[in-house]
Amino acid sequence: MGKLIVSPSPHIHSKVRTKNLMLDVVIALLPTVIVSVVFYGLGELLVLAVSILSCILIEYLITRFLLKKPSTIGDFSAAVTGILLALNLPSTTPWWVVFIGAVVAIGVAKMSFGGLGQNVFNPALVGRVFLLISFPKYMTRWEVPQGLFGADAVSGATPLGAIKEGLMQGGSVSEIMAQHGYSYSQMLFANIGGSAGEACAIAILAGFIYLVVRKVIKPWITLSILGTVAGFSLIFWLANPAQFTDPIFNLLTGGLLLGSCFMATDYVTSPMSTKGGVIYGIGIGFLTLMIRYFGSYPEGMSFAILIMNCTVPLLNNWFHQKKYGRA
Amino acid sequence: MARRTFSMGGIHPGDSKISRECKIEKLAVPPVVYISLSQHIGAPAKPVVVVGDKVKVGQVIGEPGGFMSAYIHSSVSGTVKSIKDTLDQAGKAQPTVEIAVEGDEWLESIDRSDALVADIPADGKAILEKIKQGGIVGLGGATFPTHVKLSPPPGKTCEMLIINGCECEPYITADDRTLRERGAEVVVGAALIKHVLGVAKATIAIEDNKPEAIQNIQKVLSELRGKDPEYAGIEVLPLMKKYPEGGEKQLIDAVMHRQVKSGGLPIDVGAVVQNVATALAVYETVQKNKPLFENSITVSGECFPHQANVLVRVGTPLRFIIDQLGGVPENAAKIISGGPMMGKAISNLDGPTLKGTGSILFLTREQTKREPEGHCIRCGKCADACPMGLEPFLLYRLYKAGDAAALERNAAQDCIQCGCCLYTCPANLPLLDIISLARGQVMGILKARAVAAKAAAEAAKAKAEAEKAKTE
Amino acid sequence: MTSTIIWTIVIITALGLLLALALYLVAQRFKVVEDPRIEEVEKVMPGANCGGCGFAGCHAFAEAAVKAPNLDNNFCPVGGNEVMKKVAAILGYEVKEKAPMVAVVRCNGTCENRPRIYEYDGTKSCKTKVGVAPDTLCRFGCLGCGDCEAACQFGAIKVDPVLGIATVDETKCTACGACVKACPRGLIELRYKGPRGMRMFVACRNLTKGAEAKEACDASCIGCGICYKTCQHGAIQFLNNVAYIDYTKCKLCRECEAMCPRGAIHGVNFPKPLDKAAVKARVLERQKKAREAEAAAKAAEASAEKPVEKKED
Repeated sequence: MGKLIVSPSPHIHSKVRTKNLMLDVVIALLPTVIVSVVFYGLGELLVLAVSILSCILIEYLITRFLLKKPSTIGDFSAAVTGILLALNLPSTTPWWVVFIGAVVAIGVAKMSFGGLGQNVFNPALVGRVFLLISFPKYMTRWEVPQGLFGADAVSGATPLGAIKEGLMQGGSVSEIMAQHGYSYSQMLFANIGGSAGEACAIAILAGFIYLVVRKVIKPWITLSILGTVAGFSLIFWLANPAQFTDPIFNLLTGGLLLGSCFMATDYVTSPMSTKGGVIYGIGIGFLTLMIRYFGSYPEGMSFAILIMNCTVPLLNNWFHQKKYGRA
Repeated sequence: MARRTFSMGGIHPGDSKISRECKIEKLAVPPVVYISLSQHIGAPAKPVVVVGDKVKVGQVIGEPGGFMSAYIHSSVSGTVKSIKDTLDQAGKAQPTVEIAVEGDEWLESIDRSDALVADIPADGKAILEKIKQGGIVGLGGATFPTHVKLSPPPGKTCEMLIINGCECEPYITADDRTLRERGAEVVVGAALIKHVLGVAKATIAIEDNKPEAIQNIQKVLSELRGKDPEYAGIEVLPLMKKYPEGGEKQLIDAVMHRQVKSGGLPIDVGAVVQNVATALAVYETVQKNKPLFENSITVSGECFPHQANVLVRVGTPLRFIIDQLGGVPENAAKIISGGPMMGKAISNLDGPTLKGTGSILFLTREQTKREPEGHCIRCGKCADACPMGLEPFLLYRLYKAGDAAALERNAAQDCIQCGCCLYTCPANLPLLDIISLARGQVMGILKARAVAAKAAAEAAKAKAEAEKAKTE
Repeated sequence: MTSTIIWTIVIITALGLLLALALYLVAQRFKVVEDPRIEEVEKVMPGANCGGCGFAGCHAFAEAAVKAPNLDNNFCPVGGNEVMKKVAAILGYEVKEKAPMVAVVRCNGTCENRPRIYEYDGTKSCKTKVGVAPDTLCRFGCLGCGDCEAACQFGAIKVDPVLGIATVDETKCTACGACVKACPRGLIELRYKGPRGMRMFVACRNLTKGAEAKEACDASCIGCGICYKTCQHGAIQFLNNVAYIDYTKCKLCRECEAMCPRGAIHGVNFPKPLDKAAVKARVLERQKKAREAEAAAKAAEASAEKPVEKKED
């Protein structure tokens, strides 16, 4: 018999560790990843590989050589950031642009704040927005899905981009939709131009349901974002269907689903309380819609999440969960 | 059907009730017992025997040392060898009476027959006095003197007696076995407590992972209902299994849908909670004149081959119990007195059992060793798990920042130390360790404030009186 | 074009002047009048804001010092006599010199002297550990989790990873007393630093009786009382089975250190190593003589005052 252990209670511990949670997120992202590779082909595979590997590598290098601490890549959070970053980029992005995105995501947005749990902004989104602003050329060259073994990529606009452009040229929503031949079933089952993770709504929702069932995340943030977007766009659409897109279109296009299911629900950068989470979600939904309708960018999800990330400390301070025996 | 449970937080730490089919066995009487005089919350008892005295089983050896204190009885017959500070299970010095066992001679007044005495005496005061004389304390773990709990402060009335048969901690099965084997006695005990309180309703709350216990109590109740009107108001309530359902506040929430205010007592919402083992002890002391000197203990753990539920005399050295059951297993890394969630690590196997000792557990290194601390990822799982609705991650951070005012605002003092937060934390942060410190700090502040307020009130009163005297 | 530039300059300048005026007015309105000496005193303070003086920080100390009629109750332990002389010069007060103090950890329960028989597995905090079963047989010794280390602003006290107990770096220790408050076992004491750092102390607080203390630690004070009998200066107090050297009375003769059978008494910073055998022989010789003298005196007394019964105690 070795030395007996003495410690304060409790003496047993749940088997769920940070790495299990992160692994669950990776599993939840798998359908989206598979679908994106199938639809966008080898280019997407390259983006994914570069993004994941460089995120892990950068985190390893920073922890080991800059901070001189034990490496933290074992918790899979860098891998999650890598996957999310890749899913936020067009499949035609050159590998060195992806690498720069990873450097910004892990190096600037995550590690410079102190690593996992300390960052204010979602690392993958910071990486994405940095690339969007720095390399607009590569970041807006959307590809129409041609399949893993399809012919050469055909560049095209995303539905949101097409609508924005069309509206600026004075067209009405229904005209533009008809012109490009967009249909909702297409958007639901992935057959539409955009960054990889935007492609298939069903795959994203499957991952989201997996996370909720596994109790990795609570559904409230996602639901409040989707609800807000649906509600507000319904009002605008009813007011002027020629100028504003309808709720279903808004829910299914762009990064809304990916963002609301996987990015806005990031533990570190979302509020801890349910009440705070709902307000955070409403904020994201509202801002996304405002940028889509009135901003100069066709897509507003990334900006909306990053803006609402700033309010998280405040929301955490304002909203606490209900305590036992205290009114 | 969805069962009732408490409204917030809670975890499911697995059942591990591996000793649930082991009958309660009587353990041999050890050659020497060490009976601590501090087996309850409050002042230690004062010894009433001296070295060299001959004592019998059930004889009083300690008298209450204050209002909040309890009688201590000898659990064996023999000679008092010493009365001195002896190390308890956790290696802390406690005043202890050491008795060398000679034979097993019980006091004549104790009724040792198995016959059930189901008639409830009419005089509630007499029952209460007997409970006090019997040295009964809450056996759920808190060891609060029962007679104090059964005397509600004036102006407060009890609406419901809750008998706590949840046994929500993993591994422990002593209460389960008691309910299955001695259900009738528990019910009579509950009826006695109910009579003392003068309350119409009593609920025996049992988690639904103990179907046999629930059935047995239902059967016993249907048999007893005709015998005395006291049995009419007693009911069984199966609850959904969730830890910490057996916590007093959580149980009241689950059974009555009422919440005890912070700093308040269960009686404020009309509830009195007593443990199953306490009800049994009440039955024995009131109906059989047998004071509390024996209790059932679960000895368990995956690495311990001879799991058992044993009836042991209070003061039996732990080593004696373990040796009787085959000794400490080779791969045991931690020995715990109590459940794995709230129990205390044992360092001194020569320490004796107390009235409140409910179990001895053996855990292996793999089961119990804490993993290295990670970083908080703000997942909020601790807040979801907290049955008091606190935010452990926040309290942890505030304590580290030294912000006592914010700790008080965020109710660190409400922590019931159930361990759900530390159990859940995916980053292995020592949340409860730190929150316990925070709780202590805030409690200290609150106490100091109360003392200051009292002193100020007294000073004001004295001043007013002095002025009054002057004017007169 | 030119007019735009001119207008810009004019407007910006006007705005600047306006805001400057506003700032000036606000500054005047909310000006806090403070005794200028407070600032002067604060300047000479060490600026550690450690609270060792009993005030919230150096500024609070400076305020209190300026307001107080003398410096008797205000002393900065960190700055010591040097700083207090400067403060006194600024304020025109007299300062009573105080002997410099140092924190002393009164435990000798190193891993070697006091084996760790259990493995502690909680958070690294003495306050938590003190509530759990101790990991050694001693219930009074250093817990080694470093609450003192965390409390020390000067990096002067550290838990030695090899020894397993807290050790003080006396060159850094400022005697602010933060560690004294932090130690849940009450092991740390501020004592006179002593001439050239020489000082004596009993490095044990084990209050149990001899046999138990002996079992707990190889260097524990077992309360045998030999040091008490040895000391000629009345510096050793004896309470609850443990000896304590009163630093105000200790003359640093090191006799107790030589006589202690447990090595529990420590003398530090003495230039020469203690010749235990020689000192011991000297003390024993003296004690023998004293006993003989006493016996002789008694005999003489007895013969002189035979008729009167006198009780000796």
